[in-house]
Amino acid sequence: MKRYLVLLLLVLLPLEAFALSAEDVMRKSQAAFLYQGKDFKARVMMKLVTKGGQERTRELTMLRKNYGEAGGEQKFFMYFFQPADVKDMTFMVNKYPGRDADRWLYVPAINMVRRIAARDKSSSFVGSDFTYEDVSGRDIADDTHSIVKEEKASGRDCYVIKSAPKAADVDYSYKLSWIDRANLLPLKEEYYDRKGELYRVFSADEIKEVKGFPTITKRTMKNLQSGHRTEVSYIKADYNIGVEDALFSERYLKQPPKKWTE
Amino acid sequence: MRPLFKLIVILQALLFFYSDVLAADVSLHGFFQGNYSSDISRKNPDGGDFKWAEERMQFKLDVSKEPFHLFLKTDAFLNHIDGKGDVELREGYADYTAKAWDVRAGRQVITWGLGDLLFINDVFPKDYEAFFSGRPMEYLKKGVDGVKFGLYPEFVSLELIAIPFFEPNHFPAAKRFWMYDPMPGITNRVEKEPTSRPENTEFALRAYRDIAGFDTSLYFYRGFYRQPSLLPDNPLMPTKLTLFYPKLSVYGISLQGRALDGVLSLETGYYDSREDGKGRDPMIPNSQARFLIGYQRQLWEDFTMGLQYYGEYMQDYSEYEKDLPAGFPKEHKLRQLATVRLAQFLIHQTLRLSFFSFYSPSDRDYMLNPEIKYNISDRIWVAVGGNIFGGGEKWSQFGQLAENDNVYMQLRYEF
Repeated sequence: MKRYLVLLLLVLLPLEAFALSAEDVMRKSQAAFLYQGKDFKARVMMKLVTKGGQERTRELTMLRKNYGEAGGEQKFFMYFFQPADVKDMTFMVNKYPGRDADRWLYVPAINMVRRIAARDKSSSFVGSDFTYEDVSGRDIADDTHSIVKEEKASGRDCYVIKSAPKAADVDYSYKLSWIDRANLLPLKEEYYDRKGELYRVFSADEIKEVKGFPTITKRTMKNLQSGHRTEVSYIKADYNIGVEDALFSERYLKQPPKKWTE
Repeated sequence: MRPLFKLIVILQALLFFYSDVLAADVSLHGFFQGNYSSDISRKNPDGGDFKWAEERMQFKLDVSKEPFHLFLKTDAFLNHIDGKGDVELREGYADYTAKAWDVRAGRQVITWGLGDLLFINDVFPKDYEAFFSGRPMEYLKKGVDGVKFGLYPEFVSLELIAIPFFEPNHFPAAKRFWMYDPMPGITNRVEKEPTSRPENTEFALRAYRDIAGFDTSLYFYRGFYRQPSLLPDNPLMPTKLTLFYPKLSVYGISLQGRALDGVLSLETGYYDSREDGKGRDPMIPNSQARFLIGYQRQLWEDFTMGLQYYGEYMQDYSEYEKDLPAGFPKEHKLRQLATVRLAQFLIHQTLRLSFFSFYSPSDRDYMLNPEIKYNISDRIWVAVGGNIFGGGEKWSQFGQLAENDNVYMQLRYEF
C-alpha cells in the first residue's frame, strides 16, 4: 500500500511542480508581451481600416520604461507624427497596477501640457480598435482565469485560457487567449460580448526576436460587428536602450528630444 | 509686405533649401485654411455681415541641430472684411538645450495655469476677438517677444521669463462687434503702451514639481494689466481718453491631480494692482483674489465632461463703491463664472461633438459654443459651430455681446 502511495505521489509530483495555473500563464504572458526588457522603444504605424476599405494612419514613437516587476508600474512616452492635426503632440502615461493611469497631453499649438481624464477600460487608443488596456495591459487580478484546453494555433502549441472579468467594467463578458507555450506571447484573442457572441478578435501576425526577446511586430484587432479593423506594425523596435527617468517630464513633453522620438 | 516679414520669408526659404549644407534636420509643415463667421442676430456696427472671413496659409519651419533648434511659424492671410492681405509671424524662436537648463529666445506662446478658457496665472496676451469670432482655438493665444530660461535641478523645475516688449490683449474691433462703451461721446482716444525700457520689462516665474501625486506650480508675475484702463483728461468734462495699462503683480499657485475618478484642478492667484493699492482710483482695477476649481471626468467611452467654478473677489470694495463715478456700471464684489464642457467623439474619434458654456451666477449672462468637427481625412478637417451670447446687463462681459451671435466654419488642409 505504502509503495503505491509513493508511486502515486511520484506520478503526481511533476505535474504539481510544473503545471502552470491559468493565472500563472496569464501573468507570464503579460510579462513576455508588455514588460520585456528594462525599457522599450518602437516606431508604431497604425492603420485604421473601415469596413468599406477607407484607411487612416496613425504614426507615433512609443517609449516605455518599467519601474519594478512585471505587472508593476510603467511609464510611457509617445510622440505623434501622423495624422497632421496631431503632429508633434506628445502624450505621457504613468501606469499603476490596481488603479487608473495618470495621463498628460501636450498640445503644441498653444504650448500647453494638460492632464487628461480617461478610463483605461473603456477608452479607444487614438480612435483605433485597441483600448488603452489592450495597449498597456489589464490587471491580471481583475479577471478569473481558467485553462480551457491546449491546442495548436498558427502551428504552435498553445494554452487556451478563458478570462472572465470579475466586475462588469468592460464591454466583453469573457475573453479566450491562445498563449504560445514556448514564448508565452498571445497569438490570438477572442472577445465575447454579453450575449456570448464573438465580436472582437486579436491576432499576432508577425513575431520577431529583438535583442533576444520574442516580440509581436505585427498585430491586428478586428471588430466583427462593425467590420472595422486596426493593423499595427512596429517599424523599428528595440530594448534596453537606456531611457532616462528625466524623459517622463513636462520639460521633455514640450521639447521631445530627437534622439528618442526619431 | 513689411521688410521684417520679407526677411523672415527669405530666411525660411534659405534654411529650407540649404539645410543639407548646414547638416541640420529640417521639416516644413503647415496648412491652408478657410475661416468664415457670419452674424445671425444683427449686422455689424459698420453694416457688415461677417465677424470673420479669410483664407490663410501657415508654414511651420523646424530646423534642428542639437543642441540648437529654430522654429518659425508664419501665417499669410487674405482678410475679406478689410480686403487686406498680410504676413504675420505667429512664433519665431531659437532654443538652446543643455542637460540641466535651456533657453528660448524670440516670439513664443506661453500657457500657464489650469483653467479651461479661464485665466488666473496665464498672464500672457490673448486675442479675444479671435475667440468670439469663431477662429480656431490656437488664435486665442498671442505670442510674446521675450526670453525664457528653463532650469531643472533635481527637486524642482523652473521657468523664468523676461518680456521687454509689452503686448496687450486684443479685444473685438468696434466696427465688427456691438459692445458697451462707458463714454461713447468721447472719441478722442489715445493708447499708451508701456515703453520698452528696462524698468518696464515684464518678469514671470514658475516653479513646479509633483507633490503627493499632484502637479503643483507656484507662479509670480510682475508687469502690467493687458486690458487698458481709461484715463480722462478732465474728470468732470472729459474731452480725451488715454488708454493705458496699469502696473500689476500676480502671485499664484495651482494643483492638479487624480481625484474622484477624474482630474481635479485648483488654482488661485492674487492680483496686486500696484497703481491702486488702496482701491481709491475708480479708473484702475482694484486688487483681486481669483480662484478656480475644475473637475474633468470621462463618463463613458469617448465622452468627457469638464466643470469649472471661478471667482474674482475684489479688495477694498467699499472704496470702489465710494469712488465710482455716477453713471458707471458697478461691478460685483464677487464676480463668479461657471463653465461646462462636454465632448463626445464618434466614428473612431474622427467626429467630435462639443459644447462649451460660460454662465455667470453673479452677472447672469452667458456664452454658448456648440461645435461639430469632422476629420474628413487624415489631412482635411472641417468644424462648424456657433457663438451665442446673452443675459445680464448691457455692460457685463457676455451681456454686452448679446447682438453678436455668429455661426462659423473652419476648413483646414494640413501638410
